[in-house]
Amino acid sequence: MDCYTANWNPLGDSAFYRKYELYSMDWDLKEELRDCLVAAAPYGGPIALLRNPWRKEKAASVRPVLDIYSASGMPLASLLWKSGPVVSLGWSAEEELLCVQEDGAVLVYGLHGDFRRHFSMGNEVLQNRVLDARIFHTEFGSGVAILTGAHRFTLSANVGDLKLRRMPEVPGLQSAPSCWTALCQDRVAHILLAVGPDLYLLDHAACSTVTPPGLAPGVSSFLQMAVSFTYRHLALFTDTGYIWMGTASLKEKLCEFNCNIRAAPKQMVWCSRPRSKERAVVVAWERRLMVVGDAPESIQFVLDEDSYLVPELDGVRIFSRSTHEFLHEVPAASEEIFKIASMAPGALLLEAQKEYEKESQKADEYLREIQELGQLTQAVQQCIEAAGHEHQPDMQKSLLRAASFGKCFLDRFPPDSFVRMCQDLRVLNAVRDYHIGIPLTYRKYRYKQLTIQVLLDRLVLRRLYPLAIQICEYLRLPEVQGVSRILAHWACYKVQQKDVSDEDVARAINQKLGDTPGVSYSDIAARAYGCGRTELAIKVWVCWSMSHAQGSRPLRAGTLTWVRARLGVFTVLLHLKNELNRGDFFMTLRNQPMALSLYRQFCKHQELETLKDLYNQDDNHQELGSFHIRASYAAEERIEGRVAALQTAADAFYKAKNEFAAKATEDQMRLLRLQRRLEDELGGQFLDLSLHDTVTTLILGGHNKRAEQLARDFRIPDKRLWWLKLTALADLEDWEELEKFSKSKKSPIGYLPFVEICIKQHNKYEAKKYASRVGPEQKVKALLLVGDVAQAADVAIEHRNEAELSLVLSHCTGATDGATADKIQRARAQAQKK
Amino acid sequence: MAFPHRPDAPELPDFSMLKRLARDQLIYLLEQQHEVDKLYKVENKPALSSSEQLCFLVRPRIKNMRYIASLVNADKVAGRTRKYKVIFSPQKFYACEMVLEEEGIYGDVSCDEWAFSLLPLDVDLLSMELPEFFRDYFLEGDQRWINTVAQALHLLSTLYGPFPNCYGIGRCAKMAYELWRKLEEEEDGETKGRRPEIGHIFLLDRDVDFVTALCSQVVYEGLVDDTFRIKCGSVDFGPEVTSSDKSLKVLLNAEDKVFHEIRNEHFSNVFGFLSQKARNLQAQYDRRRGMDIKQMKNFVSQELKGLKQEHRLLSLHIGACESIMKKKTKQDFQELIKTEHALLEGFNIRESTSYIEEHIDRQVSPIESLRLMCLLSITENGLIPKDYRSLKTQYLQSYGPEHLLTFSNLRRAGLLTEQGPGDTLTAVESKVSKLVTDKAAGKITDAFSSLAKRSNFRAISKKLNLVCGTGMVRGVGGFIPLWSTFLGGNVLERRSWQGLDEVVRLLNCGDFAFTDMTKEDKASSESLRLILVVFLGGCTFSEISALRFLGREKGKREFIFLTTAVTNSARLMEAMSEVKA
Repeated sequence: MDCYTANWNPLGDSAFYRKYELYSMDWDLKEELRDCLVAAAPYGGPIALLRNPWRKEKAASVRPVLDIYSASGMPLASLLWKSGPVVSLGWSAEEELLCVQEDGAVLVYGLHGDFRRHFSMGNEVLQNRVLDARIFHTEFGSGVAILTGAHRFTLSANVGDLKLRRMPEVPGLQSAPSCWTALCQDRVAHILLAVGPDLYLLDHAACSTVTPPGLAPGVSSFLQMAVSFTYRHLALFTDTGYIWMGTASLKEKLCEFNCNIRAAPKQMVWCSRPRSKERAVVVAWERRLMVVGDAPESIQFVLDEDSYLVPELDGVRIFSRSTHEFLHEVPAASEEIFKIASMAPGALLLEAQKEYEKESQKADEYLREIQELGQLTQAVQQCIEAAGHEHQPDMQKSLLRAASFGKCFLDRFPPDSFVRMCQDLRVLNAVRDYHIGIPLTYRKYRYKQLTIQVLLDRLVLRRLYPLAIQICEYLRLPEVQGVSRILAHWACYKVQQKDVSDEDVARAINQKLGDTPGVSYSDIAARAYGCGRTELAIKVWVCWSMSHAQGSRPLRAGTLTWVRARLGVFTVLLHLKNELNRGDFFMTLRNQPMALSLYRQFCKHQELETLKDLYNQDDNHQELGSFHIRASYAAEERIEGRVAALQTAADAFYKAKNEFAAKATEDQMRLLRLQRRLEDELGGQFLDLSLHDTVTTLILGGHNKRAEQLARDFRIPDKRLWWLKLTALADLEDWEELEKFSKSKKSPIGYLPFVEICIKQHNKYEAKKYASRVGPEQKVKALLLVGDVAQAADVAIEHRNEAELSLVLSHCTGATDGATADKIQRARAQAQKK
Repeated sequence: MAFPHRPDAPELPDFSMLKRLARDQLIYLLEQQHEVDKLYKVENKPALSSSEQLCFLVRPRIKNMRYIASLVNADKVAGRTRKYKVIFSPQKFYACEMVLEEEGIYGDVSCDEWAFSLLPLDVDLLSMELPEFFRDYFLEGDQRWINTVAQALHLLSTLYGPFPNCYGIGRCAKMAYELWRKLEEEEDGETKGRRPEIGHIFLLDRDVDFVTALCSQVVYEGLVDDTFRIKCGSVDFGPEVTSSDKSLKVLLNAEDKVFHEIRNEHFSNVFGFLSQKARNLQAQYDRRRGMDIKQMKNFVSQELKGLKQEHRLLSLHIGACESIMKKKTKQDFQELIKTEHALLEGFNIRESTSYIEEHIDRQVSPIESLRLMCLLSITENGLIPKDYRSLKTQYLQSYGPEHLLTFSNLRRAGLLTEQGPGDTLTAVESKVSKLVTDKAAGKITDAFSSLAKRSNFRAISKKLNLVCGTGMVRGVGGFIPLWSTFLGGNVLERRSWQGLDEVVRLLNCGDFAFTDMTKEDKASSESLRLILVVFLGGCTFSEISALRFLGREKGKREFIFLTTAVTNSARLMEAMSEVKA
């Protein structure tokens, strides 16, 4: 502990700042940093250098080189710049490099120097050229602000969803502002600029003059301004060497400082920790670095080399040709523990643990002291927290050891915080590793700014798949969020490797991915397709469907052909559906009858609208009609909608020359309307009954007139009407009406049904009435039904019909019909004689 | 009578192996791999289980996927996280995963497959239990199930040795066969060198013969299916059969001794048989009167249980018979049969047509009416335009307009069509016989273009003498199932479709009839007497029993059956019907 605080520098009474080395840079820079355009992404992100920029007026034939390095200086990419002159570089929140060209075009590159896309900042910018540009971060994403040669500002708050906004003119602005910055307040981006002694704030409506409260007099120009990471604070550096620090809204002054250096600083950035009361600004000149805050004295460092400052959430990264350092306020927990002669519980605990290891009884003394004050819980927490803020694994370990030691003496200390810290540190140390080069601090990692998901994404972006997977496994993340996602990314990357054969890629993907849940093969195939590797897209699919269709059986050529013919075509087509435009897709389908029928079936369940389009394209009016018929009862609720659907169906049927279906559909439209009217007028349930049932319901409800009318309107055949009425009246047991009906005219269905139905309703009396009217052919049957065996026998004998005779005979039972039976036997005998 | 014990019959392959295989797989899948502790039926209602992991064992249908999606999404809304596993049986379809993906839950569930496709329903009957095969393939043109069939055949050949002689008729049969061969080739002779247990295999498409399936069944098993619906080899007998107030689930297979003896009998013989059986049983009971104590002890311990069992079954089947009888008389069954017969023989067409019309007018039964219409259409080679319109109009008036879609389906499947001009029977017959000599004949017979699809039933029936009064009248009243004539010997003996060329042409299957013989005659004579018949699209119990009869008649042969599902006329019609959801 002797010199542990040696690099701590006090600023005022309450705060210490320390600067420690993250990495010694691996890069082998030939140029000075000042000769390059530099951009470093926040959150320990990569560094981009564009050497040999145009302003140096070198030979035009030498093309500049764009290099991208990790934070530890490991080269990630290097490419010759072949496009126009670049004014500014910047990293987006997704770690994409935005290069703003003089003509207002913005080129977007990936981490590995792969060109992603480009967009333009508008005509106005193109005409007036770009004077200066800034890339800033908002809660929506990353924005670009541009100062044009006409001293006008254009900005876009989110490059992902490009909306250009031209800011209003600053009245009387003749020359470029001495300094300017983009501000983000209340979710709106503004521009703050300084011209001479005046400050202007531009929003999209107006330009207003602002004055910082409590600004020292005598300022004739602002040389530099800095906005804090969270856009809460603003610092202004004037030509008098005076620094004003206040809120970004310019409503409140926090403090001021006079450094008496009149030269314009190279860079000025805020260095503060969220939730800390201390505010400090780091100002850098060529060879001097100064930390100023609410204190009469400042901290000064000498810079040996050209350096570049990167503002971070909780400090400032400073890198130069040889080193990469981190400057930040010492967190409270560390301060408590390590401050010289600190008696904080955490400090005592750390001491106790050390003594314990030395097997000294002093351990007990220290421990007792903490326990007497009842601060052991607090001590453990302090140690855990402080461990998080340490950069050196050794120190982390000793703090954690102390915490663990303290924990033993506590009855109930929830272990989560300790466990989580161990896990977090393990992950952090892993990504901080020299080879990975993501120098994240614990605070950035933990406090909502950068979740584990984002961290994994970054690793994936850097193609560090194995590490990402190891982290997932170590943290036991659910597969879907963790391993499978990474594998999917890996596969997407893999299919883009043009130098590997389709077969190998497909096999490699299949082997690695197996059937990991949550991997979307369609994405992978889509990516392959996007790279123009259709064959590979199909292979990926086939491999996958094979492994799924047949377990672990190895691929065979025969199966492959087959699958491509049967299954592959369909799956690939289905997936291409999203890629091709619809017309092309349907045309492709048409040549694949099998896929087409599968796709139709699929649409029937899942995408009805598509099905309609499909039929439309084929001019398949018959199916189109059927489609609308189904819609008329399945999809539509309102009666108007249903009638409309039916009308469309009828039209389609006409086109298909299916007159029958068209007519039937029209009838149904009429019926629907009528049923609706009936419901309105008579009440009850009529909708969706068939015609037959509608009429029956009417008769059952006693609306005979209406029933007749309906039958006439819809030309119900007589036979049906008679059956229908007969059944309905018998159900009502309205025998009087039935008799009237039977006499209304000659029955087209004969009278046997009358007899049958009466018997069914157990009304023998009524049945007998009709039995006499039954025609001769069915008379015997009718008589038997009403139970008049004797008469039946007579009729049968009269008819001399053998079948009828035996039928009657079979109805003769026991004694009562003995005489009849004899009679029949006699008649039979007679008939046989003849 | 009980044919497995017939002395001259070849021994049936042991299907219990399949049963064991399926059971072990399922237990392994559910218990070991997924630690399933409670089973629920997949129904359209929220799952009540509170466990951490849900495992769905489902058919690969889009409907099921949506049900699962709704469950998962409901869980998401309720903020609970569970693991979901979907096990598809017999295989996974890509469309299902698409649905999962579109419903946004693809990442939440993991999928697995259980390749279970052969369920032995009886000693001689395997079912794939895929009733959707019929609609999916013959109506929608969906060929995915063919893969399942091929896999099943492949499994059979690995278990029971290769099939030396293969025959098939129909487009689907051909595709299934080719695919199966592919699978075998890949397996690189795993099955080679094994002695075949089954000598012949026939693959048959349902659409080659719709007539048999559309007729009412008259053998006992068929009638039980028509009346009570046999599901997976078991039937629910309602209170009217059990003569108590409870329903009873009864397994119907060869183990039910009473059933086994009457299943293939014409219904008119069943009563007589049952009463004889009852008397025998009584006599056996009566034996105990003269017994001494020791004999009595023997009787109680050894025979009584069997007798009681038999007694129970006997009373059940008598109850079922009564129930069937009651239904037959109620619905003018005799008249129906008469009409059917008239249709098959082709006389009194006008009378039959008006009978059908009356049937529709009286709203007797939507399915039966539809069946009769189809039967009329197939036997008459399409309805004459006037009847076609009027019957359809009447049907729509009786049962609602959504059946326009049903008709469109039936038309597409070739079940209910309209005679075009020049399509009258005599014209077609002469045309067809001309075509037989014409080489281009095959070209017009594309199974997918329904317009060209004609049944030519009458011509076939004349050729093969299908409708005959006496002799081998089995299965359907007065009508011999088409298969019986195919399998009756000609093809088997000649080992080709030769001699049946014309019939095959008439069936529109010219391109799709194939045979494949292995040259070497490794097959033992024992195995050559075993014939596996594969029905693609389902078969009826009548067909099965006709073939059982045939095997017995010809002696020394035994048929075994593999079907995508056991079906009957009502199921076929329902598969084609569109009903409001």
